[in-house]
Amino acid sequence: MNCFIKSLCASSAFIVVALLISIISILAYGSWPAWKHFGFDFLKQSTWNPVTLVFGAVAPLWGTLVSSCIAMIIAVPLSFGLALFIEEQAPAWLRPLLASLSELMAGIPSIIYGMWGLFSFAPLFADYVQAPLQKYLTNTPLAPLVAGSVSGIGLLTAGFILAFMILPFMTAMIRDILTSVPPLLKESAYGLGATRWEVFSKVMVPSTRAPLMGALLLGLGRALGETMAVTFVIGNAYTLSPSLFDASNTITSALANEFNEAQESLHLASLTALGLLLFAITLIILFISKRWTRAIA
Amino acid sequence: MMPSASNPPLSLISRRLHKKRRAVDHMATAFTWLATFIVLGLLTSILWQVVGQGIKGFSLLLFTQDTPGPGSAGGLRNAIAGSLIMVIGATFIATPLGVLTGIFIVEYGKNNRWAQAVRSANDLLLSTPSIVAGLVVYTLIVAPLHHFAAWAGSIALSMLAIPVIVRATDNMLSLVPQALREAAIALGAPYWKMIVYISLRSARTGIFTGIILAVARITGETAPLLFTALNNQFFSLDINQPIANLPVVIFQFAMSPFPEWQQLAWSGALLITALVLGLSLLTRALLRLTERL
Repeated sequence: MNCFIKSLCASSAFIVVALLISIISILAYGSWPAWKHFGFDFLKQSTWNPVTLVFGAVAPLWGTLVSSCIAMIIAVPLSFGLALFIEEQAPAWLRPLLASLSELMAGIPSIIYGMWGLFSFAPLFADYVQAPLQKYLTNTPLAPLVAGSVSGIGLLTAGFILAFMILPFMTAMIRDILTSVPPLLKESAYGLGATRWEVFSKVMVPSTRAPLMGALLLGLGRALGETMAVTFVIGNAYTLSPSLFDASNTITSALANEFNEAQESLHLASLTALGLLLFAITLIILFISKRWTRAIA
Repeated sequence: MMPSASNPPLSLISRRLHKKRRAVDHMATAFTWLATFIVLGLLTSILWQVVGQGIKGFSLLLFTQDTPGPGSAGGLRNAIAGSLIMVIGATFIATPLGVLTGIFIVEYGKNNRWAQAVRSANDLLLSTPSIVAGLVVYTLIVAPLHHFAAWAGSIALSMLAIPVIVRATDNMLSLVPQALREAAIALGAPYWKMIVYISLRSARTGIFTGIILAVARITGETAPLLFTALNNQFFSLDINQPIANLPVVIFQFAMSPFPEWQQLAWSGALLITALVLGLSLLTRALLRLTERL
């Protein structure tokens, strides 16, 4: 019986490890025709044309990286602000309420964020953010960034929706890390006359820098791999324009939109190759994040 | 302190510095308030929209009729049934695998190299983009099978549920005091009996919470189902055929130009949000229960 239970546990642990290895090998196998056909040009070509069967990863990669960068720029300060408010500012009775609300927000499925983004956020965003931005930036060097039609759909909107999605997730992690700072450390700083901001920026952040970076990277990983929230608002176009208002594509939205319509095996293989790229990127980010998290723990 | 001719008195400098520090502090405080209001505003807006739009289409028909053709009325019966089948299927696949792997890590691995390897592999799985799970199951199952199938959808969903359950089991079993285990062994209990009657029994609420958390996560997942279960216009319980499911129906109907379909998408969105948030509230209640014990 002992032996039986042990081997049962060991074999399921083996299945979990095998699952990870099989993800990599199956994606490599599925995308093999694309790598064979295009070689490393797949990573350099910016055309994506299902009719002439020329596929290159540059446009969706660009969309993925830019939308995630925008998301991080918005989400990082907001999640720090919220985490600090919950941990340091809010009265004690409000803390659990705010914490559960932000966890509630983390639980909302991504497709809901996408629908809300398309139907509620995008029209308002076009009228009150995009139009004024375009108006005030036309004669500045930033003009190419805001060129194009003000539709409420495109890279910038996708970045915002992604930011809203990863916000509660990052807030939870940042809160966990900030509470791990020894109270003695904080109290000594307060005792020396430091303000709240100084305690945060000169004591709490420096003493938890590595895990904080790890947490932010985990948030970035989420943003890179997110599908439905982006697919609704990005506009699905393989353009490589500097404008953040233009419709674009991420790896995930390209997969969600095209995979079922792909007829040619080369098209399917190229889409699978995009999936492999995405998986590789998230793995690398996770590795770095784990290194940083371990540096202090 | 003698004030010199060229420098302002020190007290003035320190007062100025003090003012500046206070101003920075106030600005930071104001920003935390602002961030909190923004996030609360977003949450309110999302819930308001989902509830407000979704409730309009709520009627008994939603649960008794199937998804309609374009431009006609209908319900979501087939999608609800399909989602239930696939989520239950995925839970049945993921729970034993996840819990047994967690037991392996904590009880048999004892933090040796193997346990660490499994734990790291699980961490990587935990952050796998959900669409990648769909892609893998498509290449492995759907492509050779030449048709979409509900059970392929279940497998894709279980790939996302397993790492959540492993992590929860790992964490909860690690909290069981070592003395408890030693006491059982000292009384002559075989190792497996100690695991089943001591470790698992003390950690069961936590593990159960982890399972519900995993169910909540996969209930709203859309991306892995797009290439595996796809969709089905009709009511079907055949797990070897494409099956309708709430997330994909919501996706297709919301993106369509037909108002009837969009309304159904909102009602479906309300259903799924209520379900997922209900499940996560349940996990919080359970966790609070364990904390009290």
